Amino acid sequence: MVVEELEVLFQERIDANEKIEPRDYMPDAYREHLIRQMSQHAHSEVIGMQPEGNWITRAPSLRAKKILLAKVQDEAGHGLYIYSATETLGITRDELIEKLHQGKAKYASIFNYPALTWADMGAIGWLVDGAAITNQVSLQKTSYGPYSRSMVKICKEESFHQRQGYEVIAAMAKGTPEQKEMAQDALNRFWWPSLMMFGPHDSASPRTGNAMKWKIKRESNDVLRQRFIDKTVSQAALIGLTIPDSDLKWNEERGSYDFGEIDWDEFWSVVKGGGPCNLKRLNHHKKAHKDGAWVRKAAVAYAKKYSNK
Amino acid sequence: MSESKDTQGELWEVFLQTKKGLPFKHAGSVHAYDKEMAIQNARDLYTRRGEGRGMWVVPANAIVAVDPSDDSSFFDPADDKVYRHPTFYELPEGIKNM
Amino acid sequence: MELLDLSRFCMRLGDSCLIMAHRQSEMCSKGPFLEEDIAQTNLGLDLLGQAEALLIYAAELEGKGRTADDLVYKRPERGFYNFMLAEQPNTDFAFAVVRQYIMTLYLSRVYETLAKVDDETLSGIAAKAVKEIAYHQRHLGMWIKRLGEGTEESHERIQTAINELWMFVGELYEEDELDLKMQEAGYAISGEAMKAYLMANISSHLTEVTLSVPKSVYMTTGSKKGIHTEYLGYILAEMQYLQRAYPDAKW
Repeated sequence: MVVEELEVLFQERIDANEKIEPRDYMPDAYREHLIRQMSQHAHSEVIGMQPEGNWITRAPSLRAKKILLAKVQDEAGHGLYIYSATETLGITRDELIEKLHQGKAKYASIFNYPALTWADMGAIGWLVDGAAITNQVSLQKTSYGPYSRSMVKICKEESFHQRQGYEVIAAMAKGTPEQKEMAQDALNRFWWPSLMMFGPHDSASPRTGNAMKWKIKRESNDVLRQRFIDKTVSQAALIGLTIPDSDLKWNEERGSYDFGEIDWDEFWSVVKGGGPCNLKRLNHHKKAHKDGAWVRKAAVAYAKKYSNK
Repeated sequence: MSESKDTQGELWEVFLQTKKGLPFKHAGSVHAYDKEMAIQNARDLYTRRGEGRGMWVVPANAIVAVDPSDDSSFFDPADDKVYRHPTFYELPEGIKNM
Repeated sequence: MELLDLSRFCMRLGDSCLIMAHRQSEMCSKGPFLEEDIAQTNLGLDLLGQAEALLIYAAELEGKGRTADDLVYKRPERGFYNFMLAEQPNTDFAFAVVRQYIMTLYLSRVYETLAKVDDETLSGIAAKAVKEIAYHQRHLGMWIKRLGEGTEESHERIQTAINELWMFVGELYEEDELDLKMQEAGYAISGEAMKAYLMANISSHLTEVTLSVPKSVYMTTGSKKGIHTEYLGYILAEMQYLQRAYPDAKW
């Protein structure tokens, strides 16, 4: 079969909502798009361990410590599920990590903001995980089988993440005046970056067209962002916190909230490396990788030595 | 003891049995450098929430799969063997225990 | 047996688990590869669970109205009784593996004994911990073999870790008055039996993979009286920071 025919058949399968599996025919551009999106997603899970990991040793109760440690570990696990799914596209984990270190692969910009206070553990779980879950629930229906299956598994496991974050920030919101101030401050700092997690407006998102046609992405950035805002506003009100957006207003006609304009200059500047923690996050990952090289080599050598025994 | 290459290990496929007596189902993959490590890494990754009672780990390159282009010749011929299914048969009304 | 003695005994054990869990949690996001990152965190979570259970019981037996969190977050350096080995830092992966491997051997004997005592709470905690620790032994033993027989560098690094941590092993079989009382009540094995067990196992595991057991090193002592290496102060400064900065807050 010639490529044109294969591509027509491929698109027919996509249109019929069939899942594409690793050994099936897929256009090169589809494969490349998936590798880019999935590796970015996997790297985000792994880099996302750092802002919260930074608070495990300072968690203020045994309960909080246990939960946070388990949660950050889950993120490692989720990174691993998605790396494995990405590997089915014919790229190795070594290559994926190398691309991250070279700056050729991205991760979610949200993790380039610092986690400064314990209230940030609340804001990250509530808002950042909340935004990620909104996106991941939608991605459960993505057209690539291994990606879709990893999303189903991740959504199931992440259901506790957002709750733990909300619990942390809710406890602080009804705590001492200092705690309440920390809670509001965390919301102020994480609100807008959380909205940016959904990416640029649909009109400014160059790759969305193909991604929607191939059903890699099932819903647009703006639709997902709106859904997140609509469900989060009342959660803030319930614990007496104020969302830092003076334009936020219920729109009866649309049945949704109107909201203020996102600072896209900030968004692009952080994407391009100008966030407060870009360098720190990447250097942390590089250092762990470098420090672990002798351990990995020992494992390789041992396996070689005993492979025939 | 020779110098060796720095890698992320080999790919292994993990199969979990969630309850004794049930079949093993594919749970996902894991990296490891050898068998002993593979089964431990699989345990640490795929049974964190008590999902496992039994587990198999198989080197990914040991799996033989049907090529998608052979799908139709492998699987379609079974589609018309309706007589292999119990609903194909007509039985008298009121028959019991069959 | 006096309740206060049992409380203190549980506190010692709980402290060691807590401080090891702290060291393990420091490694989260720093593992040599992602699978091992997850594995090391699992060890930490098990130890944290053991620490919590033991400290809840210690607080209850003490009867002063303190909670496990009070014990963790409000005691000063000299009020902690964890072994010095438990607080030694993750200098590199080999140090972490050796520290946990030796402590795990110790804990396996401790919990086996406690699983049989006539105290439902403690035997319950121990019975659960026995299974967890058996897995820790398997995982850490796996790494002892790989690092010992892997490359020249890994062999050298793990031998260095063994040599440098060896002086802290003596505390694990040292006995004070409380230990003797616990032994008498059947809650602990003798120091002599513990020493024999540790030495036999360590020596056979290490020599099997071309590593050596250090000879006649001076063994340090003091943690049973709240004497520590300087590392503990930093651990507590970090761990207790929020509770100390905002003493009236609930989290």
